[in-house]
This record gives sequence, structure tokens and C-alpha cells, in this order.
Amino acid sequence: MTVYLLKRLTIAIATLVLASIVVFAVLEILPGDPARLMLGMNASADQVELLRNQMGLNAPLPWRYLHWAGGLLSLDFGRSYTYSVPVIDLVRERLAVSLPLALIALALSTIIAIPVGLFSASRRGRAGDTVAMGAAQLGVAVPNFWFALMLIYVFAVWLRLVPAGGFPGWGAGLWPALKSLLLPAVALALPQAAILARVTRSALIEVLNEDYIRTARAKGLPYRAVLWRHALRNAMIPVLTILGLQFAFLLAGTIIIENVFYLPGLGRLVFQAITQRDLIVVESVVMLLVAAVIAVNLLVDLSYAVVDPRLRSRQ
Amino acid sequence: MTLHIEIPEETFGSILAKAFRNTAFVAGFVITLLILAMAIISYVWTPYDVTKLVISDKTQAPSLAHWFGTDHFGRDILSMVMVGARNSIAVALVAVGIGMGVGVPLGAFAAARGSLVDEALMRLNDLVFAFPALLSAIMITAIFGPGAVNAIIAIGIFNIPVFARVARAGALAIWPREFILAARAAGKSSTQISIEHVLPNIATLLLVQGTIQFALGILAEAGLSYLGLGAQPPMPSWGRMLFDAQTRMVVAPWMAIFPGMAIVVTVLGLNLLGDGIADILDPKSRRQR
Repeated sequence: MTVYLLKRLTIAIATLVLASIVVFAVLEILPGDPARLMLGMNASADQVELLRNQMGLNAPLPWRYLHWAGGLLSLDFGRSYTYSVPVIDLVRERLAVSLPLALIALALSTIIAIPVGLFSASRRGRAGDTVAMGAAQLGVAVPNFWFALMLIYVFAVWLRLVPAGGFPGWGAGLWPALKSLLLPAVALALPQAAILARVTRSALIEVLNEDYIRTARAKGLPYRAVLWRHALRNAMIPVLTILGLQFAFLLAGTIIIENVFYLPGLGRLVFQAITQRDLIVVESVVMLLVAAVIAVNLLVDLSYAVVDPRLRSRQ
Repeated sequence: MTLHIEIPEETFGSILAKAFRNTAFVAGFVITLLILAMAIISYVWTPYDVTKLVISDKTQAPSLAHWFGTDHFGRDILSMVMVGARNSIAVALVAVGIGMGVGVPLGAFAAARGSLVDEALMRLNDLVFAFPALLSAIMITAIFGPGAVNAIIAIGIFNIPVFARVARAGALAIWPREFILAARAAGKSSTQISIEHVLPNIATLLLVQGTIQFALGILAEAGLSYLGLGAQPPMPSWGRMLFDAQTRMVVAPWMAIFPGMAIVVTVLGLNLLGDGIADILDPKSRRQR
């Protein structure tokens, strides 16, 4: 077990370091001088050179990488070229929108998908299963931003229940803020729920064929108890894997949805930063997201051990 | 003691018969064929010219003259959906080609060599998977300029590790088999064995994964062109049409409804086709996502 954990941890850290080198290298070879970009086209070569020195752009490459990576570790991401504020402040402000959005969407998707998967698996091949899986098949095919447009049309334009876009900020009160995250969360959650429901169903069907399920039924446990306590728990590994992938997707996948709803989240920040060539913001946010993906995957690996005691004894 | 089990020979005819009994396959096949036909027909005929702007006809609701209505420039939505299909299919198909062309040899090589080469390639895979695909695709297209070609590259790059993983997993299951041992004894090199014996045996897996990635490619292309990073106007694309529709939802909801339905139907068809193929050729196979 400890060996397994150490191996996973080493791989995670190595991946993170490699990813940081890739991000740094890619943004390094990009055309466009940040100093020239900040000063505008009319600046003289001397002015640009002075700013380049101030920004540390003339230092040798390895040194600049180490300086940048060290800064990341101490959460000092530098200053945004376009906003002229520390990147960490921007990130904190935007994360206050994106993180709740991703969490609500993930919760919604799980709440919908697990019962649907259980329902389908326990009625395998019958009408209920066919209908549920047909709906899931459809859900997988729907692009979330189109679904978002349809939701806006029905709930914002037609029924006027929720705002069509924008975010009042958490300062405006919990309910108005939550209300403006509701449609985006649903739009994000439904296609994800469709995938998760399919995975839950097929994992459950596999488990339901196992001997220990028959044993549990034979000793007189009611079907429901077997389904929830024995089958679901054993089907959790593929489900957790997909959940981990989905959380990572949701953090970055909000880029398009945040654009649809004009939400000031991390996705919109990085999208605008890319189009404005605000490289410090881009590299910081990308590194944060990569770190989040790696951390989530590591957590998923660890949770296997929690769910499946057999993995604990094995190394 | 050895156990002999008669396995009925699978002929092309028996597979075909099985295919026609599989609802998912038939539905997926018909839908995919219709979308392909629509894209091909658009080269020779569309109800209206998609490059001609008829401002007097702008934002008309669906009617007999314009089945799907018209957009804010008076262009026929049905014609644009037809032409847009070309773009979606071309981008997703070439992206799958890139993924297969690079990923499959990599995965097969990793499985053939094993140990260090395998470990290194798989860690490289982990690295690519650590980058959120959509975010990286956006970065690539934003940095190298928007357009269909860069969209293909951006989507294609993220298909590579997917196919590498599938090919490796498939090949690893084939390598311990007896006929591989026989080929080895016959003096064939591992490259020869990979091409002549391993690849034909994992073709089904790759075909199924190919339809999945095709479908995902259609969705990714739509997302990129919605953000303005895909095919550029005046070339119609489904994602771009949805972007144009967004601010006009109140006056012309059909501008959003029909291109979106086109995406849903295409992706649904491809997914059903993939499910069907997996079912027919190997009842036990499960789809990986």
C-alpha cells in the first residue's frame, strides 16, 4: 500500500514538473514580445529594452524558468500585463465563481446519474432501462453550450425565472448569486450525468453477476440492500474514475459555458488572457488547472483504496 | 486434459446478418449515412446560395420556402446546416486520422517493446492527459490563429494518446497468444508481427474508438467554432451559427435550434454506430470513454 502510494505520488509530481516545463517552453517560443505589447507600437526600442530588463525577460532561460516555477510554488504568479494587478488576486476572484459552479454541476450530475444507473442496471433489458439509456445516449450527444442556449430560451427569455447571464457577485447575497449559477450548472451537469449514468449502469451490471451478490441474496438480504450496500460500493471504482475526470473537465470545461452566460470565471479569464496575449495569466491559470487535474487523479487513485479493501492489502 | 469447444466460424455473411438485427447499428448507420449524404449533396446543390445575403429576407421563421428559417443576413439556415456538415465532418475525420496515424504505431510499439519504452510512452501519455483538452485546443487555435486547419491539429493532438492507450491495451492482450509465438519462431521481427498479426486483431477496438473520437471531434469543433476559433466566415459552421444565434434568441430561436439539432443528430448517429459495431463484433466489449 505505501509503495503504491509513493509510486503514485512520485509520478504525479514528475508529471507536474514536466507539465510546467512544457507550459514554460510553449509560451517562450510564442511570437510577440510582452514588453512591446505593454508599451504599444509607438514605444522606442530603448524603452522596450528597459522594460524587458525590469520584467526580467533578458535573464538566461533556465534561470527564468526556476524563478517562475519557484514563484508558482509560493503562489506568487507575477502581475497581469493587461489588468496590472497580481495574477493571484485575479485567480482568487475568478475561482470564487468557477469553483462553486463546477462543484454544483458535479453534485447535480452525481445526484442524477447514480440513481439512474442503479435503476437501469436493476431493470436491465426492460422498458425502463431502454428509456433511461436512450435518454443517456441523447444526453451524451448534446453539446453543453447548445443545451445552455436552449435553457436560456426557456427559463430566462420565456418563463423569466432566472437571469439570462451575468453574475451579481457573492456580495449581492447568496440567493441572487446562486440563481445566476443555476442554469450554467444544469447545462454543464446534464451531458456529464448522461456519461456517468452509462458508466454506473455497466459497472453495476458487471458486479451484479458476481458470486458475492448471489451469496448476499441467498442469505436473505432484500434486493434493495444488496443493490445499495454491496453492488454500488463495488461498482464505485469506474464511477470514481469518471467523476475525477469530470471534475477536471468541469474546471476547464466551463470556458465555453462561462462565455455563454457571461460569467466572470476562470474559464473566461483564461480565454480573454489568451486573446490578449496576457501570457503570465495564461501560464498561471493553465498550471493551476493542470495541477488540479493531477491532484484530482491522485485523489481518485487513493480513494480506490478506501472503496476497495482488497487494494489496501496489496502493494 | 484439454477441452475442445466448437466456435462457429464467423463469415462476412453471418456478421452482416447480425448487424441488421442490431437496432443501434442500423439506426447509427442510417443516420451517419444521411449526414454524409447531406454533406456531399451540399457540394452540388443547396436550396439557396449560402454566400448570398438577402437582407429583405432576414430572420424569417421556418416556412415552406425556408424550412429552417433564415438568419440575420437572410441566408437559408437549411443550406447553411448542409454546408456546415462538410466542415464538421472534415475536421473531425482528419483529427481522428492524426490520432490513429500517430497514436496506434506508438501504442503498438510500446506493447511490442515493453519495459522502459512502454513506461516512458505511458508517462508521456499521462502528461498529455494532465492538460485539459479543450483548454489546450483553445490555446493552440488562439495562438496559431483561428481556422479549420489549426482546429484539426488541436483536436488531433489530443486524439493521439487516446489511440495510443487503446492500441497498447489491445496489443498487450494479443502478444501472449500462441500464434504470435509461432510468428516469432518463424523468425519475424517485432515490427513485422505488430503489422501482420497484432494490428488486424485490434482493428475492431480501433474502429469503435474511432467512431467515439469522431463524435467527440464533432463536439469539440463545434465548441471551437462557437468561440470563433474554428472555420472562419463566410464558410458556415455549426458552432459559429450557434454563436450568431445567441444574441438573437428572442427574435429568431430557430437560428439556434436547427444547427444544434444537426450536431446532436450527427453525434448520436456516430455513437450508436460505435455501440453497434462493438456489440456485433464482440458482445463482451465495453466502450471506453
